[in-house]
Amino acid sequence: MASQSLRPPLRASNVNVFSRRIKSNIVSGLALLATIIVIAPLIAILFYLLKQGITSLNWNFFTKIPVPAGESGGGMENAIVGSGVVLALASLIGIPLGIGAGIYLAEYAGSTRMGNLVRFTADVLNGVPSIVMGIAIYALIVLPQKHFSALAGGVVLGIMMVPTVTRTTEEMLRMVPHAIREAALGLGVPAWRSVLTITVRTASAGIVTGCMLAFARVAGETAPLLFTAFGNAFQSTSLNEPIAALPLQIFVYAVSPYDEWHRLAWAGALVLIVLIMASVALVRYVTSRGMLKGAS
Amino acid sequence: MGVGIKISDLNAWYGTNHSLQEIQLDIPANHATALIGPSGCGKSTFLRCLNRMHETNPIARVTGKVLINEVDIYAESSPVEIRRRVGMVFQRPNPFPTMSIYDNVASGLKLNGFRSRRVLDEVVERSLRQSALWDEVKDDLKKKSGASLSGGQQQRLCIARALAVDPEVMLMDEPASALDPISTAKIEDLIFELKSQYTIVIVTHNMQQAARVAENTGFFLMGKLVEFDSTHKIFTNPRDKRTEDYITGRFG
Repeated sequence: MASQSLRPPLRASNVNVFSRRIKSNIVSGLALLATIIVIAPLIAILFYLLKQGITSLNWNFFTKIPVPAGESGGGMENAIVGSGVVLALASLIGIPLGIGAGIYLAEYAGSTRMGNLVRFTADVLNGVPSIVMGIAIYALIVLPQKHFSALAGGVVLGIMMVPTVTRTTEEMLRMVPHAIREAALGLGVPAWRSVLTITVRTASAGIVTGCMLAFARVAGETAPLLFTAFGNAFQSTSLNEPIAALPLQIFVYAVSPYDEWHRLAWAGALVLIVLIMASVALVRYVTSRGMLKGAS
Repeated sequence: MGVGIKISDLNAWYGTNHSLQEIQLDIPANHATALIGPSGCGKSTFLRCLNRMHETNPIARVTGKVLINEVDIYAESSPVEIRRRVGMVFQRPNPFPTMSIYDNVASGLKLNGFRSRRVLDEVVERSLRQSALWDEVKDDLKKKSGASLSGGQQQRLCIARALAVDPEVMLMDEPASALDPISTAKIEDLIFELKSQYTIVIVTHNMQQAARVAENTGFFLMGKLVEFDSTHKIFTNPRDKRTEDYITGRFG
């Protein structure tokens, strides 16, 4: 006699198709509901911004600097350019530092004491409220220089980018299979060169995503810029002078008592979001263009 | 042309695990030499000692002498230099996934500073022809990623990549164990072709494979080289009882 099976016998009557279908539909429905709840605020914000902001968008908005309250016309050209300057400087500081630290953590530090210290510091830095970062840079750069500046704004946003870039770079490098590193070493490629060309290149898609996340996050920061870039009603691209930035301009206009300024603030918010989305999409497009068929 | 390898008093450790003990062996030039033995017997560790890949593991340690073409690779040469002269093909195909087929083959030269288009084109074509992959990929050289090929093609791509830097010795760590029988046959034909120009050392679990491709075979057991002789002798009339037990399938 065969030993008794632990498996329940498979019989048609055992399989209650109807109740399974109901359970399956309930779970699918819950997942769909969760998805809608997550997406709804984003769609709502976009639509509301479009509705409020689109009417104030015109050629002047992109080409004129602000006019005094009460006058009509005027735009945010200086703030758009200012945001560009500050964010470019922030990226120049934050991305190389972050990627460098990420390479150090993934390839050299491992779980040494120094590695864990750097990791812990990055995580703490990520959790520091942005206004505190602003005050810190105010004390370190603005006070000694005795004036607000685009430089201080770029530095504070750059430092805020570092932890995100560092940790994503580290995670992405760790995901590169050991076999790929061995292949490079086996070809007689020096270790440092293998890290920079083979490992980083293999992880590049993920690293770019991390940089874009960090960029998008600081692009909308207002509080740290209050203490550093300060804002400027006039056109400026000098790193040594206060500079306008879209989030700052939106803040100033939104809390003002003038209806015209409120409308401009909505338009500014719309432009800010569209610019962030466009730059992320552009970078993704440019970096994916070199991708090969079947590359993973 | 390939060169001979003389190994004396070779010991290797992983942490406190003494995984290779007092290995003495002369590997003849321009022949294929097979290393067989049960899993964990040290044959892969031995292979990795021949191009100093063993020491890339931070807990690994090696003592003894390995003379390749009369040069002691542990005393008179840097690991990077030695790995350019001693190519390696791994168990699982490991092409660089973000590189095209062309760049995979050219990578060893490019990463060591070669830039001449004409030379690279020549080397890529020659290496892919040597590894019998040229006809299958010549139209997609720069369009397709190395990772888009089939497993067998990927392994031949890895062989081409190793050949492109013009090594004297080729180490192969179970190069066909992840492949189907047809791809395996192609790799074996390739080894047969290549041994006129290179010294080949191949680790294999497949004893028929050892018999098919190698003139000489070494049998490893528990970190020791039990027996080394012509493949024919090992498989028909081994000196050691343990070799006989292993090849007749009594253990392992």
